[in-house]
Order: sequence, then C-alpha cells, then structure tokens
Amino acid sequence: MELEYGPQYDAFREEVKSFLRALPPVLERKDFLRQATELGYIYRHIPKRFGGSEQSFDPIHETIVSECFDAHPFDWSWRLGPQNVGMLVPTLLEAGSDEQRERFIPPTLVGDAVWCQAYSEPGAGSDLASLRSTAHLDGDEWVINGQKIWTSDADQAGFMFGMFRTEPEADKHAGISYLLLEMNQPGIDVRPLRQITGATHFFEVFFDNVRTPADWIVGQRGEGWRVARANLKYERSLGGGPRLRQRFSALLSLARTTMRQGRPATEDPVIQQRLAEIEGEVRCAETMTLRQLSAAARGEDALVMLPLLVNKLYGTEIGERIAQLGFDLIGSEGLMAPTRSTWDSVSSSAADTDWVDQYLFELASGIAAGSSNIQRNVIGERGLGLPRDLRRPAPGETAR
Amino acid sequence: MHFGLTDEQNLLQNTLRRLTAEQVSASRLREIFNSDVGFDEAIWKSAAEIGLCGLTISEQFGGADLPLLDLALAFEVLGEAAVPGPFLSHALATLAISLSGSDAQKAKWLPRLASGECVGGFAFAEAGERWSSADWQIGSEDNRISGTKEFTEVGPETQLIVVGQKGGKLGLVDAHASGLAREAIDGIDRTRPLSRLHFDAVPIEPLSIGAAGAIGAAGARSAAELVLDAARILLAADALGAAWKMIRVTAEYAQTREQFGTPIAQFQAVKHQLADMAMEAEAMRGLIWYAAYAFDNLPHELAREAATTKAHVTDRAVQIGRDAVALHGGIGFTWECDVQFFVKRTMFDRVWLGSPESHRERVAALANW
Repeated sequence: MELEYGPQYDAFREEVKSFLRALPPVLERKDFLRQATELGYIYRHIPKRFGGSEQSFDPIHETIVSECFDAHPFDWSWRLGPQNVGMLVPTLLEAGSDEQRERFIPPTLVGDAVWCQAYSEPGAGSDLASLRSTAHLDGDEWVINGQKIWTSDADQAGFMFGMFRTEPEADKHAGISYLLLEMNQPGIDVRPLRQITGATHFFEVFFDNVRTPADWIVGQRGEGWRVARANLKYERSLGGGPRLRQRFSALLSLARTTMRQGRPATEDPVIQQRLAEIEGEVRCAETMTLRQLSAAARGEDALVMLPLLVNKLYGTEIGERIAQLGFDLIGSEGLMAPTRSTWDSVSSSAADTDWVDQYLFELASGIAAGSSNIQRNVIGERGLGLPRDLRRPAPGETAR
Repeated sequence: MHFGLTDEQNLLQNTLRRLTAEQVSASRLREIFNSDVGFDEAIWKSAAEIGLCGLTISEQFGGADLPLLDLALAFEVLGEAAVPGPFLSHALATLAISLSGSDAQKAKWLPRLASGECVGGFAFAEAGERWSSADWQIGSEDNRISGTKEFTEVGPETQLIVVGQKGGKLGLVDAHASGLAREAIDGIDRTRPLSRLHFDAVPIEPLSIGAAGAIGAAGARSAAELVLDAARILLAADALGAAWKMIRVTAEYAQTREQFGTPIAQFQAVKHQLADMAMEAEAMRGLIWYAAYAFDNLPHELAREAATTKAHVTDRAVQIGRDAVALHGGIGFTWECDVQFFVKRTMFDRVWLGSPESHRERVAALANW
C-alpha cells in the first residue's frame, strides 16, 4: 500500500497549476477547452482526428486535472453537461459511423454542439425498455412521435440523442433504435418541468411528426438498447468521495457558524455525534473512491466490483444525511421557501448553500439514473448472487 | 499509488482461511459456546505455526516484521471464522513491548511471544468505562501493583500480562505471580473469554513510556495510546470479517429457505435488506485499510482515523448482525443457529474499548469541534 502518487505526478500537478495561473483573466470556455486539449489535459480517450488528445488511459492523471480545474475560479463551469462528453461522445466512438464521429464529436468537445438526452418517458422510468415514443421511416427520413421527460438542457440544446421504438413488432428491447435529431424544427415542443424545489431544470419534450435524416441512426435498427449501453465501458465513476467531502465541509462550516445557546453548534454534544457519524460515512466513501482509483490505474477493476455496485446508493444515503443535518441546523429558516438553487451554484461552500433547497434537491439523487431500489436489486443480484426478481410475465411469456 | 492489497497480503489471508476452514468448524464453535473454555490449544498452535502470533514483531526477535495492515487483514479472517483465543490481547502485548520495551525486555519476551509458546495478555480497563489510558487509576509503588482490572482477555493459558497503570504507564506482570487472582466472567462472546484481575502488591516491571522506534518524532503519543489505537483498528477489522460472514451466510440461507412457494431471496424486501448490509460492509473496508496504514505511515492522522474506524465499523457491524438474525427468522433466534457466534463477535467488538458514542466524542475532541 502506498498513498503517494509519486514524483512524476507531483510534477504534473505543478505543471497544471502553472498553466491555470498563466491563463488570461478573461477567457472563453471554448478557448480554454481547446488549450487544455492541446496540452493533453483532457479528452485522453478521444482520437486526435475527432478533437481529443488521444492518450493512454491514466485515471490518476485525470484525477489531478479534475482536482486542479475544480479548484480554479472560472466564470463558467469547465465541465460540459455530462450528457455531452460523458454519454453522446463515447456512444459515437463505440457505435457511430465515421461520418457521425467527424461531424458531431469535435463541436461537442468545445461546447459548440450542445446535446440533450431523450430516454425517460412518463410511462417508462425504471422499466426504460418499455418506452413507447416511435419513429418510422418515411423515404429518407425518420418521423418521430411521442413524449420524453426529465430532459436536462432541452431549452439550450441544438441536438438530441435518444431511444425510440422503430420496430413495433419486435420484442421490448429489440424494437428500439438510437437516433440523433436537431432540436430547432417544427413539431418539437419543449415545456419546462417545475420541480419540488420550485425551480426548473428539466423539461418535457413532445414530438409531433418531427423529422431526422435516415442516416442519423447510431448502429443498426433495433440495436438502440445495446448502443445506449455501449458507453458504460467508458463510465468509470470512481465514487462520490470528493463530492461528499465538499458537502461535509460545507456542513461543518454551517455548524461552526450556527449558534445554539450562545455557543457554536459544533460544541453541542448531540450535533457532535451526528457530525462524527456522518464523517465516518464520508471517510468510507472517500476510501472507496481511493480503492477504485487505485484499481483503475492498475487495470484491476475486477477487484472493486462491489464498490462499483454500491457507489451510487452509498453516495445517495450519505448525501441525504448531510442535507438532513444541514436542514436541522438552520432551525426555523427551514420554514422558508428556497431562495437559491443548489443546481446553479458553481461552488458548494456553506455560504452558497441554501439548505432548504439542498434538502429537497437531495431527493433527486435517489431517483435519477437508477433509483435506489433498482440499485438494491443490482447489488443483491450481481453483488451477492441472489436470484432475479419476481416480475410479471410479458404478454406471450409464461409465468415463472 | 496503490490502495489495495498485495499478492503477499492476499496470500496471508488465504493461508489463514485454509487454517480456519480446517480447524474452526461450526461444531467446534458450538462446543465452545456450550462450555466455559474459550481457548483451543490446537488452534493456537496451528496459528502460531503460520506466524500469526508474531506478525508485527521484528525479524530480529523471530517475528515477520509486517505492518499493522497485515495484522488487521489477519484479524478480518479471525472475525469471519470466529476463531477462539486471545489473539487480540496477545497482539496488543507484542505491540506494547515492541514499542516501549527495553532491548533486554524485547530480547527476553518477543521471541517467545512470536513463537506463540508464551501467550500474552493486556490488562488495562477499569470499572466505570475507564478504557482510555488517561482514565486508568491503579498504579504501582516500588514496582508492586495493587487494584482491579476488568474485561481482560486473560485465561489460564496466559503467561505474561502487559498492565496499564495511572499516567498511561505500561508494565509487565507474570500471569502466575502470587498476589494475582483471576476471576472468570461469563462474557458475551465465549470464543473470547474475559476475566477480572485482582492485583495485590504483585511485582510489575515497567516498560518505558516513550514510543520508540518506528513511530519516531512525529508520534509524541505514549506507547499505551498507540497500542489502544491498534486495538481500535484490529477490533474493527475483526468486526468487518464477522459482518461479511453473516452477509454470506444469510444470502445462502435466503436462497434455500422457501416461503410462499419460493426462495425468500426472491422477495425484494429480503434482497434489499441484504443489499443494504452488503453496501455498509463493503464501504468500511477501505476505512480500516486506511487507519491501519496510518498506524505505520501517517502518525498525525492515526488517532482520529482509529477512533472514526472503531466507532463506525463496530456500529454498523452490530446492525448487520441484527439484520442477519431478522432475515433468518425464528431459527436465527435460537442458540443452535451459527449466526449467534458472529452476532456476539460484533457485540464484543463494539463494546470492548468503549462505545461508538465515546469514540465519536473523541473524533470531535481531536478536531477541536
């Protein structure tokens, strides 16, 4: 066991820091992303001909870059929406045609092409493959009808990728295709969806004979389910350690500045117990992240299968506990409607945190991207080898 | 950067697992739970043969000179097999002598402790939750100690006892010295029997207070505190092993036990409870590794990491045990069900050295909250 990154990485961290220090005070995100790519700091897994820096996989390198960039006070978030570089680009790399890669990946990497994702539907949440929005070929165009929901950035995105039912006669999973389309066209209706927090970050998208070229399909007809999962091999979430540490630091400063009977709340034994318990959980998340980073760097992912499976659920539960204590600490302020939005705050310091909004917003963590009970199924089945769920047979299937 | 186990560490665990598979059967554990003898000489000897009794002792004195992490990994296996015997207190005695014994004391005792020929004990707690070195009251005069120590893992097999005294001092006592009376207690975990020790002017040979050697200048803390930090980490490792054992046993049981015409593992209520148990258990593994690594490499972080680890792991492990019994249903509540060995293992790990609350208090104090 060795926790030091080693001298070559220490030198690399200094190099990234001096790059950041030398940046001009006014800088567009696009230019920054281009420079960072040229220097090889980002987009390591993307070939140069598609605008990446084309280097070998090195998660420690990536971690150092993220840590340095996250600590720099940019006027904008240096990370593009996760659906762009995290989902669309790897999907195209894995399953797209060369024409699609050349056309879409370079502008996506600098934020010129912004994407939104069309997966969930009102009737297709955890059971996503039951989606019903359709596309059928009409000459050399697909014609799309239906409705998608929980679409982030639909108001600003120029493009959309998503799953649509193109083979109505085929089985549930085999009837889906992965299509790309332009947002700015007649027949698309984007309606904001107001959340429980009162703010609006997601949208519903309605399709009424929306059109997209026949060759804007990724993979073959009926392969959409497989294509949508192709990016999973790029998805190396190393767990929520750093995010939870940041939230815990905000919670601790809140406790230090909250007075109870004339003393900081950190001196209240009850609050101390709750803080110390949460910190134990945060340390678990941090060390789990460390295990995964180490395994990824050494090509030993098989050794961290369980951490990979429990990451999301664990992060959800600890995030919930942090938000809950924050909500308790603010006392009667908890009766007030949220005034600031957690989503919009670039940094997560205590001063920037609206704990009412945070407490409500944390609910999303247990719902989005695989709900907590779906996570428990996966942990039970893949982690502990328990039998699959009892489920209702599909039409034509015999009951088990 | 490597935050994971080496091949040698995996080998250590697997070697020990093979030994426990051969020698620590459920029927042997049941015999122990139905008796008042928690020491199994055959198991002790086999463990000593593979080096378990001297893992952290330096090679010069016949040990393997391994870091505390390796010892913690061994304790994880002891926990998952509910291995009977005073391995914990023996390890603490070896650490105390290694950290603060004179050259002569080391040369006299460490080789015999490393070979397992001498069984070591560690007596420190006093009535009234006095676990920590700052709380120890009894002391010695003219190198003779009088008073009572509670909850010691000292049995008839023990030959040498490291005793904690007022001011955080440590000393060596011959377990069969006159004036020392051992009163057995019927403890919760019969694989780790406890005794109350009454000292009446028993000769004690002081160990020096300083934490010599490996800890260096950064560790201005006493050897007693370092040994207690090691104990916190080893208890947590033991509890992790016991917790995972209960999860695996319960997952197997849920796949064979049928109700309503189907294995109960197919019900989401059961599957989800098991998933939560597995999540908690897996999340604690790195916490223990880190704290053990801190013992040898990050002296400034050690006290807080050890307290956090003891509080968190033993807290969650006990809950995993309660869930395991719940998922077993009626059979889980019986004396005959093997789950009880591990439930009691985690209860011991939770209480010995102080509650999760007391350790969280320590976490807060050490950070000046």
